[in-house]
Amino acid sequence: MPEWWTYTLSDFLLFSPRTYYRLIERHNAAVWPWQIMTLGLGLATAGLLLHRAPWQGRLVSGVLAALWSWVAWSFVWRRYAVINWAATYLTGLYVVEVLLLLWAGVVRGALSFRWSRDAAGATGLALLLLSLGVYPLLAPLAGRGWRQSEIFGVVPDPTVLAPVGLLLLVEGAPPWRLLIAPVLWCAVSGATLLALGSPEAWILVPAVLLPLGAAAARGRR
Amino acid sequence: MIRAMAMAAAAALLRPLSARALTAPVTRPIPSSGERLPVVGLGTWITFNVGDDPELRDECAAVMRAFFREGGRVIDSSPMYGSSQEVIGDGLGRLGRPPDLFSADKVWTSSGAGGPAQIEESRSSWRVPRFDLLQVHNLLAWEEHLPDLLAMKAEGRVRYVGITTSEGRRHREVEEIMASRPIDFVQITYNAVDRAVERRILPLARDRGIAVLVNRPFRQGALIRHVERHRLPSWSGEIGAASWAQLLLKFIVSHPAVTCAIPATAKVAHVVENMRAGAGVFPEPAMRRRIAAHIERL
Ligand SMILES: NC(=O)c1ccc[n+]([C@@H]2O[C@H](COP(=O)([O-])OP(=O)(O)OC[C@H]3O[C@@H](n4cnc5c(N)ncnc54)[C@H](OP(=O)(O)O)[C@@H]3O)[C@@H](O)[C@H]2O)c1
Repeated sequence: MPEWWTYTLSDFLLFSPRTYYRLIERHNAAVWPWQIMTLGLGLATAGLLLHRAPWQGRLVSGVLAALWSWVAWSFVWRRYAVINWAATYLTGLYVVEVLLLLWAGVVRGALSFRWSRDAAGATGLALLLLSLGVYPLLAPLAGRGWRQSEIFGVVPDPTVLAPVGLLLLVEGAPPWRLLIAPVLWCAVSGATLLALGSPEAWILVPAVLLPLGAAAARGRR
Repeated sequence: MIRAMAMAAAAALLRPLSARALTAPVTRPIPSSGERLPVVGLGTWITFNVGDDPELRDECAAVMRAFFREGGRVIDSSPMYGSSQEVIGDGLGRLGRPPDLFSADKVWTSSGAGGPAQIEESRSSWRVPRFDLLQVHNLLAWEEHLPDLLAMKAEGRVRYVGITTSEGRRHREVEEIMASRPIDFVQITYNAVDRAVERRILPLARDRGIAVLVNRPFRQGALIRHVERHRLPSWSGEIGAASWAQLLLKFIVSHPAVTCAIPATAKVAHVVENMRAGAGVFPEPAMRRRIAAHIERL
Protein backbone atom coordinates (compact mmCIF):
# COMPACT_ATOMS: atom_id res chain seq x y z
CA MET A 1 0.00 0.00 0.00
CA PRO A 2 2.38 2.75 -1.17
CA GLU A 3 -0.14 5.50 -0.45
CA TRP A 4 -0.55 4.43 3.18
CA TRP A 5 0.11 7.91 4.54
CA THR A 6 -3.05 9.23 2.88
CA TYR A 7 -5.26 6.97 5.02
CA THR A 8 -6.89 8.10 8.23
CA LEU A 9 -8.64 6.07 10.92
CA SER A 10 -12.05 6.90 9.46
CA ASP A 11 -11.09 5.30 6.12
CA PHE A 12 -11.15 1.95 7.90
CA LEU A 13 -14.41 2.48 9.71
CA LEU A 14 -17.13 0.17 8.46
CA PHE A 15 -20.18 1.01 10.58
CA SER A 16 -21.84 3.90 12.37
CA PRO A 17 -21.82 4.42 16.16
CA ARG A 18 -25.57 3.77 16.14
CA THR A 19 -25.13 0.37 14.48
CA TYR A 20 -22.31 -0.60 16.87
CA TYR A 21 -24.11 0.33 20.07
CA ARG A 22 -27.35 -1.24 18.90
CA LEU A 23 -25.36 -4.42 18.35
CA ILE A 24 -24.38 -4.31 22.03
CA GLU A 25 -27.98 -3.56 23.00
CA ARG A 26 -29.29 -6.53 21.01
CA HIS A 27 -26.60 -8.80 22.47
CA ASN A 28 -27.50 -7.65 25.98
CA ALA A 29 -31.14 -8.45 25.33
CA ALA A 30 -30.30 -11.87 23.86
CA VAL A 31 -28.16 -13.04 26.81
CA TRP A 32 -30.08 -11.46 29.71
CA PRO A 33 -29.85 -12.32 32.67
CA TRP A 34 -26.37 -13.74 32.00
CA GLN A 35 -25.01 -10.26 32.89
CA ILE A 36 -25.78 -10.85 36.60
CA MET A 37 -23.86 -14.12 36.54
CA THR A 38 -20.79 -12.73 34.75
CA LEU A 39 -20.61 -9.67 36.99
CA GLY A 40 -20.92 -12.01 40.00
CA LEU A 41 -18.13 -14.18 38.61
CA GLY A 42 -15.99 -11.08 38.14
CA LEU A 43 -16.55 -9.93 41.70
CA ALA A 44 -15.87 -13.42 43.04
CA THR A 45 -12.63 -13.53 41.06
CA ALA A 46 -11.60 -10.19 42.51
CA GLY A 47 -12.44 -11.56 45.98
CA LEU A 48 -10.18 -14.55 45.37
CA LEU A 49 -7.21 -12.18 45.30
CA LEU A 50 -7.44 -12.02 49.07
CA HIS A 51 -7.52 -15.79 49.34
CA ARG A 52 -4.14 -17.41 49.03
CA ALA A 53 -5.26 -20.99 48.57
CA PRO A 54 -3.12 -23.25 46.34
CA TRP A 55 -5.95 -23.64 43.76
CA GLN A 56 -6.59 -19.88 43.55
CA GLY A 57 -4.42 -19.27 40.45
CA ARG A 58 -5.94 -22.25 38.60
CA LEU A 59 -9.49 -21.12 39.38
CA VAL A 60 -8.95 -17.48 38.37
CA SER A 61 -7.20 -18.52 35.13
CA GLY A 62 -9.97 -21.00 34.35
CA VAL A 63 -12.72 -18.42 34.91
CA LEU A 64 -10.92 -15.90 32.69
CA ALA A 65 -10.38 -18.49 29.96
CA ALA A 66 -14.04 -19.49 30.10
CA LEU A 67 -15.30 -15.91 29.87
CA TRP A 68 -12.91 -15.04 27.04
CA SER A 69 -14.08 -18.08 25.09
CA TRP A 70 -17.70 -17.16 25.63
CA VAL A 71 -17.26 -13.50 24.59
CA ALA A 72 -15.17 -14.50 21.57
CA TRP A 73 -17.78 -16.96 20.35
CA SER A 74 -21.02 -15.24 21.30
CA PHE A 75 -20.13 -11.63 20.56
CA VAL A 76 -16.99 -11.25 18.42
CA TRP A 77 -17.56 -14.22 16.12
CA ARG A 78 -21.32 -14.43 15.91
CA ARG A 79 -22.34 -10.77 16.12
CA TYR A 80 -19.47 -8.33 15.61
CA ALA A 81 -18.02 -10.15 12.59
CA VAL A 82 -21.30 -9.57 10.74
CA ILE A 83 -20.57 -5.84 10.51
CA ASN A 84 -16.77 -5.98 10.79
CA TRP A 85 -14.98 -8.59 8.70
CA ALA A 86 -11.74 -7.86 10.57
CA ALA A 87 -13.37 -9.29 13.72
CA THR A 88 -13.19 -12.75 12.19
CA TYR A 89 -9.40 -12.48 12.35
CA LEU A 90 -9.45 -10.80 15.76
CA THR A 91 -11.13 -13.88 17.18
CA GLY A 92 -7.69 -15.44 16.79
CA LEU A 93 -6.41 -13.17 19.57
CA TYR A 94 -8.96 -14.69 21.92
CA VAL A 95 -8.04 -18.22 20.94
CA VAL A 96 -4.36 -17.52 21.66
CA GLU A 97 -5.15 -15.93 25.02
CA VAL A 98 -7.45 -18.75 26.09
CA LEU A 99 -4.82 -21.35 25.20
CA LEU A 100 -2.13 -19.43 27.09
CA LEU A 101 -4.35 -19.00 30.15
CA LEU A 102 -5.25 -22.68 30.13
CA TRP A 103 -1.64 -23.76 29.69
CA ALA A 104 0.12 -21.38 32.08
CA GLY A 105 -2.69 -20.90 34.59
CA VAL A 106 -4.67 -24.15 34.71
CA VAL A 107 -2.36 -26.94 33.47
CA ARG A 108 0.96 -25.73 34.82
CA GLY A 109 -0.49 -23.76 37.73
CA ALA A 110 2.18 -21.14 37.13
CA LEU A 111 -0.02 -18.12 37.93
CA SER A 112 -0.92 -17.06 41.41
CA PHE A 113 -2.51 -13.72 42.06
CA ARG A 114 -1.84 -11.43 45.00
CA TRP A 115 -2.57 -7.84 45.65
CA SER A 116 0.61 -5.84 46.28
CA ARG A 117 1.11 -2.32 47.59
CA ASP A 118 3.04 -1.01 44.65
CA ALA A 119 2.21 0.83 41.42
CA ALA A 120 1.42 -2.39 39.57
CA GLY A 121 -0.87 -3.56 42.39
CA ALA A 122 -2.72 -0.26 42.49
CA THR A 123 -3.10 -0.16 38.71
CA GLY A 124 -4.30 -3.75 38.66
CA LEU A 125 -6.99 -3.01 41.23
CA ALA A 126 -7.98 0.18 39.41
CA LEU A 127 -8.43 -1.80 36.17
CA LEU A 128 -10.58 -4.38 37.91
CA LEU A 129 -12.74 -1.60 39.31
CA LEU A 130 -12.92 0.04 35.88
CA SER A 131 -13.87 -3.22 34.20
CA LEU A 132 -16.46 -4.39 36.72
CA GLY A 133 -17.80 -1.16 38.17
CA VAL A 134 -17.22 1.76 35.84
CA TYR A 135 -17.70 0.23 32.38
CA PRO A 136 -21.39 -0.62 32.85
CA LEU A 137 -22.05 3.03 33.76
CA LEU A 138 -20.43 4.52 30.66
CA ALA A 139 -23.36 3.98 28.28
CA PRO A 140 -25.93 5.64 30.58
CA LEU A 141 -23.45 8.43 31.35
CA ALA A 142 -22.92 9.02 27.63
CA GLY A 143 -26.70 9.22 27.20
CA ARG A 144 -27.12 5.85 25.46
CA GLY A 145 -29.14 4.22 28.21
CA TRP A 146 -28.72 1.09 30.34
CA ARG A 147 -29.63 -1.32 27.61
CA GLN A 148 -26.38 -0.51 25.81
CA SER A 149 -24.25 -1.02 28.95
CA GLU A 150 -20.98 -2.83 28.38
CA ILE A 151 -20.65 -5.56 30.98
CA PHE A 152 -17.75 -7.74 32.00
CA GLY A 153 -18.06 -11.23 30.59
CA VAL A 154 -20.65 -10.16 28.01
CA VAL A 155 -18.89 -7.76 25.61
CA PRO A 156 -15.19 -7.50 24.79
CA ASP A 157 -13.73 -4.25 26.15
CA PRO A 158 -14.42 -4.68 29.89
CA THR A 159 -13.77 -8.43 29.60
CA VAL A 160 -10.35 -7.73 28.14
CA LEU A 161 -9.42 -5.07 30.68
CA ALA A 162 -10.00 -7.32 33.68
CA PRO A 163 -7.26 -9.82 32.80
CA VAL A 164 -4.84 -6.98 32.14
CA GLY A 165 -5.56 -5.86 35.68
CA LEU A 166 -5.33 -9.38 37.10
CA LEU A 167 -2.12 -10.17 35.27
CA LEU A 168 -0.54 -7.14 36.93
CA LEU A 169 -1.33 -8.82 40.24
CA VAL A 170 0.48 -12.03 39.42
CA GLU A 171 3.19 -12.89 41.92
CA GLY A 172 6.67 -12.48 40.51
CA ALA A 173 7.52 -11.15 37.06
CA PRO A 174 4.54 -10.02 34.91
CA PRO A 175 3.50 -12.76 32.45
CA TRP A 176 4.26 -10.73 29.32
CA ARG A 177 3.03 -13.31 26.84
CA LEU A 178 -0.40 -13.21 28.41
CA LEU A 179 -0.59 -9.46 28.00
CA ILE A 180 -0.03 -9.45 24.23
CA ALA A 181 -3.54 -10.41 23.08
CA PRO A 182 -5.41 -8.07 25.48
CA VAL A 183 -3.16 -5.17 24.56
CA LEU A 184 -3.60 -5.80 20.82
CA TRP A 185 -7.36 -6.03 21.25
CA CYS A 186 -7.43 -2.76 23.19
CA ALA A 187 -5.33 -1.07 20.50
CA VAL A 188 -7.69 -2.16 17.72
CA SER A 189 -10.85 -1.51 19.71
CA GLY A 190 -9.50 1.84 20.94
CA ALA A 191 -8.77 2.89 17.33
CA THR A 192 -12.29 1.83 16.30
CA LEU A 193 -13.83 3.84 19.14
CA LEU A 194 -11.71 6.86 18.19
CA ALA A 195 -12.94 6.62 14.60
CA LEU A 196 -16.53 6.30 15.90
CA GLY A 197 -15.99 9.43 17.99
CA SER A 198 -16.86 7.50 21.18
CA PRO A 199 -15.61 8.99 24.45
CA GLU A 200 -14.85 5.42 25.64
CA ALA A 201 -11.73 5.51 23.46
CA TRP A 202 -10.19 7.90 25.94
CA ILE A 203 -10.69 5.35 28.68
CA LEU A 204 -9.69 2.21 26.82
CA VAL A 205 -6.44 3.45 25.29
CA PRO A 206 -4.87 4.87 28.49
CA ALA A 207 -6.37 2.01 30.49
CA VAL A 208 -4.11 -0.38 28.70
CA LEU A 209 -1.04 1.84 28.21
CA LEU A 210 -0.71 2.90 31.86
CA PRO A 211 -0.61 -0.66 33.20
CA LEU A 212 2.04 -1.64 30.73
CA GLY A 213 4.21 1.07 32.25
CA ALA A 214 3.41 -0.21 35.72
CA ALA A 215 4.21 -3.81 34.72
CA ALA A 216 7.49 -2.73 33.17
CA ALA A 217 8.39 -0.88 36.37
CA ARG A 218 7.64 -3.99 38.42
CA GLY A 219 9.49 -6.25 36.00
CA ARG A 220 12.63 -4.14 36.40
CA ARG A 221 12.67 -4.38 40.16
CA MET B 1 -36.36 38.88 0.16
CA ILE B 2 -34.61 36.29 2.36
CA ARG B 3 -37.98 35.08 3.54
CA ALA B 4 -39.20 34.72 -0.01
CA MET B 5 -36.11 32.67 -0.85
CA ALA B 6 -36.57 30.49 2.20
CA MET B 7 -40.17 29.84 1.22
CA ALA B 8 -39.14 29.01 -2.33
CA ALA B 9 -36.50 26.69 -0.93
CA ALA B 10 -39.00 24.95 1.35
CA ALA B 11 -41.46 24.66 -1.53
CA ALA B 12 -38.75 23.05 -3.68
CA LEU B 13 -38.16 20.43 -0.99
CA LEU B 14 -41.79 19.73 -0.30
CA ARG B 15 -43.31 20.11 -3.72
CA PRO B 16 -46.24 17.84 -4.57
CA LEU B 17 -46.15 14.87 -6.92
CA SER B 18 -47.53 16.69 -9.95
CA ALA B 19 -44.78 19.30 -9.83
CA ARG B 20 -42.21 16.55 -9.30
CA ALA B 21 -43.16 14.93 -12.57
CA LEU B 22 -42.13 18.15 -14.30
CA THR B 23 -38.68 17.90 -12.77
CA ALA B 24 -37.80 14.25 -13.30
CA PRO B 25 -34.16 13.39 -12.55
CA VAL B 26 -31.69 14.66 -15.09
CA THR B 27 -29.96 11.77 -16.84
CA ARG B 28 -26.59 11.42 -18.54
CA PRO B 29 -25.49 8.79 -21.06
CA ILE B 30 -22.90 6.12 -20.34
CA PRO B 31 -20.56 7.01 -23.22
CA SER B 32 -19.78 3.41 -24.19
CA SER B 33 -23.44 2.46 -24.71
CA GLY B 34 -25.63 5.56 -24.68
CA GLU B 35 -27.74 4.09 -21.82
CA ARG B 36 -28.88 6.98 -19.63
CA LEU B 37 -28.49 7.13 -15.84
CA PRO B 38 -29.94 9.64 -13.35
CA VAL B 39 -27.13 11.90 -12.11
CA VAL B 40 -27.69 11.01 -8.44
CA GLY B 41 -27.29 7.46 -7.15
CA LEU B 42 -26.89 5.84 -3.73
CA GLY B 43 -23.71 4.80 -1.88
CA THR B 44 -23.82 2.17 0.88
CA TRP B 45 -20.52 2.37 2.76
CA ILE B 46 -21.19 2.49 6.56
CA THR B 47 -24.84 3.52 6.14
CA PHE B 48 -26.02 0.09 4.92
CA ASN B 49 -23.68 -2.06 7.05
CA VAL B 50 -26.30 -2.71 9.72
CA GLY B 51 -25.94 -6.49 10.00
CA ASP B 52 -29.08 -8.35 10.95
CA ASP B 53 -30.57 -5.53 13.05
CA PRO B 54 -34.25 -5.63 12.02
CA GLU B 55 -34.99 -2.00 12.88
CA LEU B 56 -31.99 -0.66 10.95
CA ARG B 57 -32.75 -2.98 8.01
CA ASP B 58 -36.27 -1.50 7.87
CA GLU B 59 -34.70 1.96 7.71
CA CYS B 60 -32.38 0.94 4.85
CA ALA B 61 -35.30 -0.59 2.93
CA ALA B 62 -37.23 2.68 3.43
CA VAL B 63 -34.26 4.64 2.04
CA MET B 64 -34.19 2.34 -1.00
CA ARG B 65 -37.95 2.65 -1.50
CA ALA B 66 -37.73 6.46 -1.46
CA PHE B 67 -34.71 6.30 -3.77
CA PHE B 68 -36.53 4.33 -6.45
CA ARG B 69 -39.71 6.37 -6.00
CA GLU B 70 -37.68 9.50 -6.74
CA GLY B 71 -36.39 7.94 -9.94
CA GLY B 72 -33.04 6.65 -8.62
CA ARG B 73 -31.20 3.78 -10.33
CA VAL B 74 -27.50 3.41 -9.41
CA ILE B 75 -26.69 1.68 -6.12
CA ASP B 76 -23.00 1.20 -5.32
CA SER B 77 -21.50 -1.32 -2.90
CA SER B 78 -18.49 -3.55 -2.31
CA PRO B 79 -17.56 -6.77 -0.50
CA MET B 80 -15.49 -4.46 1.70
CA TYR B 81 -18.63 -2.85 3.18
CA GLY B 82 -19.46 -5.59 5.72
CA SER B 83 -23.11 -6.61 5.53
CA SER B 84 -24.13 -3.83 3.09
CA GLN B 85 -24.56 -6.18 0.13
CA GLU B 86 -26.84 -8.47 2.15
CA VAL B 87 -28.85 -5.47 3.31
CA ILE B 88 -29.25 -4.24 -0.28
CA GLY B 89 -30.38 -7.75 -1.30
CA ASP B 90 -32.91 -7.79 1.52
CA GLY B 91 -34.20 -4.35 0.50
CA LEU B 92 -34.47 -5.31 -3.18
CA GLY B 93 -36.43 -8.40 -2.18
CA ARG B 94 -38.87 -6.36 -0.12
CA LEU B 95 -39.33 -3.88 -2.97
CA GLY B 96 -40.11 -6.66 -5.44
CA ARG B 97 -36.84 -6.32 -7.39
CA PRO B 98 -37.21 -2.83 -8.85
CA PRO B 99 -36.62 -3.12 -12.62
CA ASP B 100 -34.86 0.27 -12.70
CA LEU B 101 -31.97 -0.90 -10.51
CA PHE B 102 -28.49 -0.35 -11.91
CA SER B 103 -26.32 -2.52 -9.66
CA ALA B 104 -22.73 -1.35 -9.23
CA ASP B 105 -20.48 -3.59 -7.16
CA LYS B 106 -16.76 -4.21 -6.84
CA VAL B 107 -14.15 -6.89 -6.65
CA TRP B 108 -11.85 -6.40 -3.69
CA THR B 109 -9.27 -9.07 -3.08
CA SER B 110 -5.51 -9.13 -3.47
CA SER B 111 -5.70 -12.52 -5.15
CA GLY B 112 -6.65 -12.53 -8.80
CA ALA B 113 -7.75 -16.15 -8.50
CA GLY B 114 -10.15 -15.22 -5.69
CA GLY B 115 -12.02 -12.68 -7.82
CA PRO B 116 -14.65 -14.88 -9.50
CA ALA B 117 -15.69 -16.58 -6.23
CA GLN B 118 -15.96 -13.23 -4.47
CA ILE B 119 -18.07 -11.78 -7.30
CA GLU B 120 -20.38 -14.80 -7.18
CA GLU B 121 -20.77 -14.40 -3.42
CA SER B 122 -21.53 -10.68 -3.86
CA ARG B 123 -24.08 -11.45 -6.58
CA SER B 124 -25.90 -13.90 -4.37
CA SER B 125 -25.92 -11.38 -1.48
CA TRP B 126 -27.49 -8.76 -3.76
CA ARG B 127 -29.88 -11.44 -5.08
CA VAL B 128 -29.53 -10.17 -8.66
CA PRO B 129 -29.08 -12.36 -11.77
CA ARG B 130 -25.99 -10.36 -12.76
CA PHE B 131 -24.35 -7.02 -11.99
CA ASP B 132 -24.69 -4.06 -14.30
CA LEU B 133 -21.27 -2.74 -13.33
CA LEU B 134 -18.26 -4.40 -11.71
CA GLN B 135 -15.36 -2.23 -10.60
CA VAL B 136 -11.91 -3.06 -9.28
CA HIS B 137 -12.04 -1.55 -5.78
CA ASN B 138 -9.20 0.88 -5.07
CA LEU B 139 -7.20 -0.65 -7.96
CA LEU B 140 -6.45 -3.68 -5.74
CA ALA B 141 -4.73 -6.28 -7.94
CA TRP B 142 -6.23 -4.57 -11.00
CA GLU B 143 -3.80 -6.19 -13.45
CA GLU B 144 -5.26 -9.55 -12.49
CA HIS B 145 -8.91 -8.60 -12.10
CA LEU B 146 -9.44 -6.40 -15.17
CA PRO B 147 -8.92 -9.16 -17.76
CA ASP B 148 -11.39 -11.36 -15.86
CA LEU B 149 -13.99 -8.58 -15.71
CA LEU B 150 -13.57 -7.78 -19.40
CA ALA B 151 -13.98 -11.48 -20.21
CA MET B 152 -17.16 -11.56 -18.11
CA LYS B 153 -18.45 -8.57 -20.08
CA ALA B 154 -17.68 -10.28 -23.39
CA GLU B 155 -19.68 -13.28 -22.19
CA GLY B 156 -22.60 -11.07 -21.12
CA ARG B 157 -22.16 -11.87 -17.41
CA VAL B 158 -21.72 -8.20 -16.53
CA ARG B 159 -22.72 -5.17 -18.59
CA TYR B 160 -19.97 -2.67 -17.74
CA VAL B 161 -16.47 -2.70 -16.24
CA GLY B 162 -14.69 -0.04 -14.22
CA ILE B 163 -12.09 0.88 -11.61
CA THR B 164 -12.32 2.95 -8.43
CA THR B 165 -10.15 5.10 -6.26
CA SER B 166 -10.91 7.79 -3.71
CA GLU B 167 -9.52 10.85 -1.99
CA GLY B 168 -6.98 11.58 -4.69
CA ARG B 169 -5.05 8.31 -4.36
CA ARG B 170 -3.04 6.81 -7.25
CA HIS B 171 -4.35 9.23 -9.87
CA ARG B 172 -1.38 8.57 -12.17
CA GLU B 173 -2.21 4.88 -12.29
CA VAL B 174 -5.89 5.64 -12.79
CA GLU B 175 -4.99 7.83 -15.78
CA GLU B 176 -2.79 5.10 -17.25
CA ILE B 177 -5.58 2.55 -17.00
CA MET B 178 -8.12 5.00 -18.45
CA ALA B 179 -5.80 5.69 -21.36
CA SER B 180 -4.87 2.09 -22.12
CA ARG B 181 -7.75 -0.22 -21.13
CA PRO B 182 -11.27 -0.49 -22.52
CA ILE B 183 -13.08 0.40 -19.28
CA ASP B 184 -16.61 1.84 -19.26
CA PHE B 185 -16.52 3.53 -15.83
CA VAL B 186 -14.11 5.23 -13.49
CA GLN B 187 -15.07 6.07 -9.88
CA ILE B 188 -13.26 8.93 -8.14
CA THR B 189 -13.73 11.48 -5.35
CA TYR B 190 -14.98 14.88 -6.47
CA ASN B 191 -16.67 17.73 -4.62
CA ALA B 192 -16.41 21.49 -4.20
CA VAL B 193 -13.22 21.15 -2.13
CA ASP B 194 -11.61 17.98 -3.53
CA ARG B 195 -11.13 19.12 -7.11
CA ALA B 196 -7.87 17.48 -8.20
CA VAL B 197 -9.72 15.36 -10.81
CA GLU B 198 -10.75 18.52 -12.71
CA ARG B 199 -7.23 18.87 -14.04
CA ARG B 200 -6.66 15.57 -15.81
CA ILE B 201 -9.02 12.72 -14.93
CA LEU B 202 -12.33 14.37 -15.81
CA PRO B 203 -11.05 15.74 -19.16
CA LEU B 204 -9.52 12.33 -19.91
CA ALA B 205 -12.83 10.64 -19.15
CA ARG B 206 -14.54 12.86 -21.72
CA ASP B 207 -11.82 12.24 -24.32
CA ARG B 208 -11.88 8.48 -23.82
CA GLY B 209 -15.66 8.17 -23.47
CA ILE B 210 -15.58 6.82 -19.91
CA ALA B 211 -18.49 7.29 -17.51
CA VAL B 212 -17.64 8.87 -14.14
CA LEU B 213 -19.12 7.86 -10.78
CA VAL B 214 -18.37 10.32 -7.97
CA ASN B 215 -17.79 8.97 -4.46
CA ARG B 216 -17.50 10.90 -1.19
CA PRO B 217 -19.54 13.86 -2.46
CA PHE B 218 -19.92 15.06 1.14
CA ARG B 219 -16.56 13.80 2.44
CA GLN B 220 -18.44 11.21 4.43
CA GLY B 221 -20.70 13.94 5.83
CA ALA B 222 -17.84 16.09 7.20
CA LEU B 223 -18.25 18.64 4.40
CA ILE B 224 -21.92 19.14 5.17
CA ARG B 225 -21.23 19.42 8.90
CA HIS B 226 -18.58 22.05 8.12
CA VAL B 227 -20.64 24.26 5.81
CA GLU B 228 -23.89 23.86 7.73
CA ARG B 229 -22.57 26.22 10.41
CA HIS B 230 -22.99 29.00 7.85
CA ARG B 231 -26.11 30.36 6.20
CA LEU B 232 -26.95 28.98 2.79
CA PRO B 233 -26.08 31.74 0.29
CA SER B 234 -29.16 33.53 -1.00
CA TRP B 235 -28.18 32.90 -4.63
CA SER B 236 -28.59 29.12 -4.09
CA GLY B 237 -32.23 29.61 -4.97
CA GLU B 238 -31.24 30.61 -8.51
CA ILE B 239 -30.24 27.00 -9.21
CA GLY B 240 -32.99 25.46 -7.11
CA ALA B 241 -30.74 24.39 -4.22
CA ALA B 242 -32.75 24.50 -1.02
CA SER B 243 -30.02 23.10 1.26
CA TRP B 244 -26.26 22.79 1.53
CA ALA B 245 -26.46 19.14 0.46
CA GLN B 246 -28.29 20.15 -2.70
CA LEU B 247 -25.85 22.94 -3.46
CA LEU B 248 -22.88 20.59 -3.03
CA LEU B 249 -24.48 17.92 -5.22
CA LYS B 250 -25.50 20.34 -7.94
CA PHE B 251 -21.92 21.54 -8.09
CA ILE B 252 -20.69 17.98 -8.66
CA VAL B 253 -23.22 16.77 -11.19
CA SER B 254 -23.06 19.95 -13.25
CA HIS B 255 -19.54 19.04 -14.34
CA PRO B 256 -20.05 17.80 -17.91
CA ALA B 257 -17.81 14.75 -17.43
CA VAL B 258 -19.71 13.47 -14.37
CA THR B 259 -22.24 10.71 -15.00
CA CYS B 260 -23.53 10.07 -11.47
CA ALA B 261 -22.69 11.05 -7.88
CA ILE B 262 -23.36 8.41 -5.23
CA PRO B 263 -24.03 10.02 -1.82
CA ALA B 264 -24.69 7.60 1.04
CA THR B 265 -27.43 8.14 3.61
CA ALA B 266 -29.43 6.22 6.18
CA LYS B 267 -32.26 8.76 6.17
CA VAL B 268 -35.31 8.93 3.92
CA ALA B 269 -35.46 12.74 4.10
CA HIS B 270 -31.84 12.94 2.96
CA VAL B 271 -32.20 10.52 0.06
CA VAL B 272 -35.20 12.53 -1.18
CA GLU B 273 -33.26 15.77 -0.79
CA ASN B 274 -30.27 14.30 -2.66
CA MET B 275 -32.35 12.87 -5.48
CA ARG B 276 -34.09 16.19 -5.99
CA ALA B 277 -30.74 17.93 -6.29
CA GLY B 278 -30.32 15.88 -9.46
CA ALA B 279 -33.37 17.46 -11.08
CA GLY B 280 -34.21 20.93 -12.34
CA VAL B 281 -31.61 23.60 -13.00
CA PHE B 282 -27.84 23.04 -12.76
CA PRO B 283 -25.23 25.77 -12.32
CA GLU B 284 -23.48 27.16 -15.39
CA PRO B 285 -19.65 27.51 -15.33
CA ALA B 286 -19.73 31.00 -13.79
CA MET B 287 -22.04 29.84 -11.02
CA ARG B 288 -19.88 26.75 -10.47
CA ARG B 289 -16.87 28.98 -9.87
CA ARG B 290 -18.93 31.07 -7.47
CA ILE B 291 -19.98 27.97 -5.48
CA ALA B 292 -16.43 26.63 -5.24
CA ALA B 293 -15.01 30.02 -4.23
CA HIS B 294 -17.74 30.53 -1.63
CA ILE B 295 -17.26 27.10 -0.04
CA GLU B 296 -13.49 27.50 -0.06
CA ARG B 297 -13.86 30.63 2.05
CA LEU B 298 -16.01 28.98 4.75
N1 LIG C 1 -12.72 3.61 -3.19
C1 LIG C 1 -14.03 3.47 -3.34
O1 LIG C 1 -14.47 2.69 -4.16
C2 LIG C 1 -14.96 4.28 -2.51
C3 LIG C 1 -14.46 5.07 -1.46
C4 LIG C 1 -15.35 5.85 -0.72
C5 LIG C 1 -16.71 5.81 -1.02
N2 LIG C 1 -17.19 5.03 -2.05
C6 LIG C 1 -18.64 5.01 -2.40
O2 LIG C 1 -19.14 6.33 -2.37
C7 LIG C 1 -20.24 6.41 -1.48
C8 LIG C 1 -20.37 7.79 -0.87
O3 LIG C 1 -19.23 8.17 -0.12
P1 LIG C 1 -19.20 8.21 1.47
O4 LIG C 1 -20.04 7.10 1.99
O5 LIG C 1 -17.79 8.28 1.87
O6 LIG C 1 -19.83 9.54 1.97
P2 LIG C 1 -20.70 10.77 1.46
O7 LIG C 1 -21.75 10.31 0.52
O8 LIG C 1 -19.75 11.82 1.04
O9 LIG C 1 -21.36 11.20 2.85
C9 LIG C 1 -22.23 10.36 3.53
C10 LIG C 1 -22.69 11.06 4.79
O10 LIG C 1 -23.38 12.24 4.44
C11 LIG C 1 -24.59 12.33 5.16
N3 LIG C 1 -25.64 12.85 4.26
C12 LIG C 1 -26.07 12.28 3.10
N4 LIG C 1 -27.04 13.04 2.54
C13 LIG C 1 -27.23 14.10 3.36
C14 LIG C 1 -28.10 15.22 3.33
N5 LIG C 1 -28.95 15.40 2.33
N6 LIG C 1 -28.03 16.10 4.36
C15 LIG C 1 -27.17 15.93 5.38
N7 LIG C 1 -26.31 14.87 5.46
C16 LIG C 1 -26.35 13.96 4.46
C17 LIG C 1 -24.93 10.95 5.58
O11 LIG C 1 -25.50 10.96 6.87
P3 LIG C 1 -27.05 10.54 7.09
O12 LIG C 1 -27.06 9.05 7.09
O13 LIG C 1 -27.37 11.16 8.38
O14 LIG C 1 -27.82 11.12 5.94
C18 LIG C 1 -23.60 10.22 5.60
O15 LIG C 1 -23.07 10.15 6.89
C19 LIG C 1 -19.94 5.30 -0.49
O16 LIG C 1 -21.08 4.95 0.27
C20 LIG C 1 -19.47 4.21 -1.39
O17 LIG C 1 -20.55 3.55 -2.02
C21 LIG C 1 -16.32 4.27 -2.80
